Amino acid sequence: MALSYAVPNFLIERDESRCIDCQVCVRQCANEVHKFDEDDEKIVSDTMKCVNCHRCVVLCPTKALTVREFPLEFKKNGHWKSDDIKSIYIQAETGGVLLAGMGNDKPYPIYWDKMLINASQVTNPSIDPLREPMEIKTFLGRKPASLEIENGKLKTKLPPQLELEVPVMFSAMSFGSISLNAHKSLARAAREVGTFFNTGEGGLHRDLADFGDNCIVQVASGRFGVHQEYLDAGSAIEIKIGQGAKPGIGGHLPGEKVGPEVSQTRMIPEGSDAISPAPHHDIYSIEDLRQLIYSLKEATNYKKPVFVKIAAVHNVAAIASGIARAGADVIAIDGFRGGTGAAPLRTRDSVGIPIEFALAAVDTRLRQEGIRNQVSLVIGGSIRNSSDIVKAVALGADAVYIGTAALMALGCHLCQKCYTGKCNWGIATQDPRLVKRLNPEIGARRAANLLKAWKHEIKELLGGMGINALESLRGNRLMLRGIDLTEKELEILGIKAAGE
Amino acid sequence: MKRVYAKEEYCIGCRLCEIYCILSHSEYKNDLIKAFKKSLQRPPARIQVEEEGALSFALQCRHCDEAYCVKSCITGAMQKDPETGVVFNEKERCVGCWTCIAACPYGAIIKDETSKKIASKCDLCGQNETPYCVQNCPNGALIFSEEPPYKTSVKGGE
Repeated sequence: MALSYAVPNFLIERDESRCIDCQVCVRQCANEVHKFDEDDEKIVSDTMKCVNCHRCVVLCPTKALTVREFPLEFKKNGHWKSDDIKSIYIQAETGGVLLAGMGNDKPYPIYWDKMLINASQVTNPSIDPLREPMEIKTFLGRKPASLEIENGKLKTKLPPQLELEVPVMFSAMSFGSISLNAHKSLARAAREVGTFFNTGEGGLHRDLADFGDNCIVQVASGRFGVHQEYLDAGSAIEIKIGQGAKPGIGGHLPGEKVGPEVSQTRMIPEGSDAISPAPHHDIYSIEDLRQLIYSLKEATNYKKPVFVKIAAVHNVAAIASGIARAGADVIAIDGFRGGTGAAPLRTRDSVGIPIEFALAAVDTRLRQEGIRNQVSLVIGGSIRNSSDIVKAVALGADAVYIGTAALMALGCHLCQKCYTGKCNWGIATQDPRLVKRLNPEIGARRAANLLKAWKHEIKELLGGMGINALESLRGNRLMLRGIDLTEKELEILGIKAAGE
Repeated sequence: MKRVYAKEEYCIGCRLCEIYCILSHSEYKNDLIKAFKKSLQRPPARIQVEEEGALSFALQCRHCDEAYCVKSCITGAMQKDPETGVVFNEKERCVGCWTCIAACPYGAIIKDETSKKIASKCDLCGQNETPYCVQNCPNGALIFSEEPPYKTSVKGGE
């Protein structure tokens, strides 16, 4: 056994004047960082195992713990940063692909922060949402090119639509990648607020069969858990082509996570690896995609909108155009910041493009081609708050998906170790001792609260612009101005510079 | 009467209920650090987390309507308050014979040998407010209510 070059990533500081040796930290850490030393009669911590998930810090009743970055510094080097060096040590030791969880965390520009929202002054009145009605209800689905009215009634038959009370949905996260209690929390929150959660590619657990009115069921490359009742249960069906965290890559749920419940829901043998291929093996072209879209529509009697979800990649506008023409009712685009339960680190951090550009490019292209009304656009992979949503809608989105933010509402602290199965917050794990840490009653309340809070804020921002319906903001890029952006960036985003 | 009920599916085995029970019965009711650092002779917690594998729950006195501990007490120290329904042990009269411990079908009475031998048990924190264990359970696994959270054949502890 040769020496490992690994050094701790974090430093745990215990304030002895506050620690009462109650050992809550010992009992709460699934990584076994804290231990009660019987000889010394005190708690000792193994920093090597710490992932900085803050579980012990938050649960400590006397707030005696602090976790900080390990202060060890490599010799200063403008090119080789500590992450680069550590990665090499790990790969030289293991010979394996580096894995990561959650989204791309590299310091790429955040374009949401380079766009500013307008407000009314003097020449047009702003609106106080507490005193005046404000409409943010959103319908997702194909809209007809024209409407026929006969005797004051709508004659045109509308294609199926999803009705959202807030323009925010919970993005696809499978049962398997996250726990059943996490799924239950999101399902209940979606029902309470009047929006949707998405099963991801893991099927719909029988306990959640009643939540179909607030559920989008996903059909992905592994086709796990897809059967007639599943398609019938959902309000919409999403074909997953790609994911922002790992464009071009499939999925792999390790056999350890496939317990009896996951096995039954996914319809695969217990303990077997659930492998979702990188492509759908029956989709090699837009024509093939059209075939699957219409197969699913046929199977559900044309009563449910069909989503197609793709990752934001270089040629996204042309791809989206193809998807619209293939018959999709909604296109979901996932940006390069989008999260995952597990992805190869290099893919997560360097494949794909920012969602802000992808959204602007797709909306522009669909408008130019005169087919924007044929699809709704849903974007995800980076939304952090309500002003990101308002900016997204102004750029052309009909609604947004949130995944990372939703999990944070449930307790996620972004330690990015989802792939280890040891999530101390009971979210990205199937270990029954950890899963029960997420009480779905509490989780549902927190997730619903987040959406309600954002709903208030969206109304405030709309009112400030003098707009009383989200519809009037959709694609209204004049409400945005760019700051610290190049001419080319402004051109792609289709917005003017601040001051213009 | 209002009782403390455990929802075992949400008990995370952190034992904060035990820690706050100790605080509630210490001389420093609002300061965990003092309660633990200044009282070296700390009485044991009156609520105990039982654990096996993924299963865990906090157990404390059920405050039975027909309490075996009250019936079995040889000195009359163990009593049931006729008004509040709380079963409590009068420290001064308790002789530490442990008969109540043998009689309790739930194993909810605890030996306290920190000073004089006495039987120690949940007193619902004096029933002035929600008991400390319930207030401080981080995962909503303890509730204080008139009705149990589930249908049960056990009523009033009988």
